[in-house]
Amino acid sequence: MDKKVKVYSTPTCPFCIRTKQFLKDNNIFFEDVDVAADQEAAKEMMQRSGQMGVPVIDIEGRLIVGFDKEEIKKALGM
Amino acid sequence: MKFPAGAGHFPPRPGNGGNMYDLIIIGAGPAGITAAVYAARKKMDFIVITGDIGGQAAWSGDIENYTGYQFVTGPELVSKFEEHMRKYAIETKEGEEAVEIKKGPAGVAVRTTKGAYEAKTVIIASGKKSRELGVPGEKEFKNHGLTYCATCDGPLFAGKDVAVIGGGNSALDAALQLMRIARRVYLITNAPAFTGDPVMLEKVRASAAVTSMVNTEIKEIIGGKMVTGIRIKKDGTEPTLSVGGVFVEIGLIPNAAFAPEVDKNGAGEIKVNCRNETSVPGIFAAGDVTDVPEKQIIIAAGEGAKAALTAFRYLSRMR
Ligand SMILES: Cc1cc2nc3c(=O)[nH]c(=O)nc-3n(C[C@H](O)[C@H](O)[C@H](O)COP(=O)(O)OP(=O)(O)OC[C@H]3O[C@@H](n4cnc5c(N)ncnc54)[C@H](O)[C@@H]3O)c2cc1C
Repeated sequence: MDKKVKVYSTPTCPFCIRTKQFLKDNNIFFEDVDVAADQEAAKEMMQRSGQMGVPVIDIEGRLIVGFDKEEIKKALGM
Repeated sequence: MKFPAGAGHFPPRPGNGGNMYDLIIIGAGPAGITAAVYAARKKMDFIVITGDIGGQAAWSGDIENYTGYQFVTGPELVSKFEEHMRKYAIETKEGEEAVEIKKGPAGVAVRTTKGAYEAKTVIIASGKKSRELGVPGEKEFKNHGLTYCATCDGPLFAGKDVAVIGGGNSALDAALQLMRIARRVYLITNAPAFTGDPVMLEKVRASAAVTSMVNTEIKEIIGGKMVTGIRIKKDGTEPTLSVGGVFVEIGLIPNAAFAPEVDKNGAGEIKVNCRNETSVPGIFAAGDVTDVPEKQIIIAAGEGAKAALTAFRYLSRMR
């Protein structure tokens, strides 16, 4: 079963790029939310995660702040 | 901090006959990754222990001075480095950091955030990290309006008033990025003048969105859930400046506190000779964590290669 994955990111943040690359390498589909372009999404990310750092990864509603490979793997059941 | 009694006699490692490793590489930035490639090609029995893959190179935006690439982004170059490393089956402990290393009679004991290891040689390639202000509120508000990466988090501060702390190139660079996004940028240094590149300084000065402040100290970061302001000290008064974001760009410090035994210079960098030997036999160091004169990706990579070859020679002599 594919899990629903969403990545809140900015185009310039290196660990956002690496997070997305990691997901792609593992054939995980995700919705890419550019919080630099979308102010509403930025607000949503800040409200949901209670902080302002990117990336924030939403895996089935579970939020992971930062490119934490181990946590991402765990949440995805990899 | 002391190692627990009996350190140096860790339980035998499965698959390695209870022997200690030839080498442990601490860090996987350009220096550590290159050292790992060289060590793999010399068929050394080694592991890499590292906080992350890529180090500062992953944070570099556009790189135009790594031979073979006229232009490459930091993340792209790091992916290439990682791919090269993964070509060899290198045991990499990512997300794990060295806490203390200690030279013993047989080898070097390495205690980490997750375990303990021992090796005949160690290469310290732990690079540098952002210097902190060391003021109240800094830790509490990290990622709650205070950040060390303007490139990453800048866009989240659209329309806000923000402060950039620092007087060098990285501070000017942050101000240049933020003056296009934020409503007002206070560029603040405790020095009497900004020291960065004159061309950048001119651009910053020309912007109506930037207010520069010299001889100004930061005393405290204040806020509720998120940053709402900073208390500053200027001309004997301590006013509060209301800002929704604080970007700290006051330079870098070497990650060398876990190696108390090796000699360091005044800046805390590990002293090495041209063979990457430190003051402790069997402990080598490479890249930005050392007193090597220039801090660049290509230099760190070259230093990592040298350190691995020196460690290899050292091991050959031990046999
Ligand atoms: C914004 C920015 C832009 C830059 N642009 C350029 C450029 O265009 N061209 C250029 O040549 N250079 C550039 N540099 C400099 C370049 O990135 C560094 O010189 C280079 O990355 C140094 O490599 P290193 O391997 O020595 O250290 P680092 O890259 O700092 O890597 C250190 C590694 O050690 C790990 N580590 C740290 N502490 C521990 C510990 N206790 N235990 C285990 N692991 C640990 C870290 O996780 C990391 O993986 C830039 C730097 C920055 C910050």
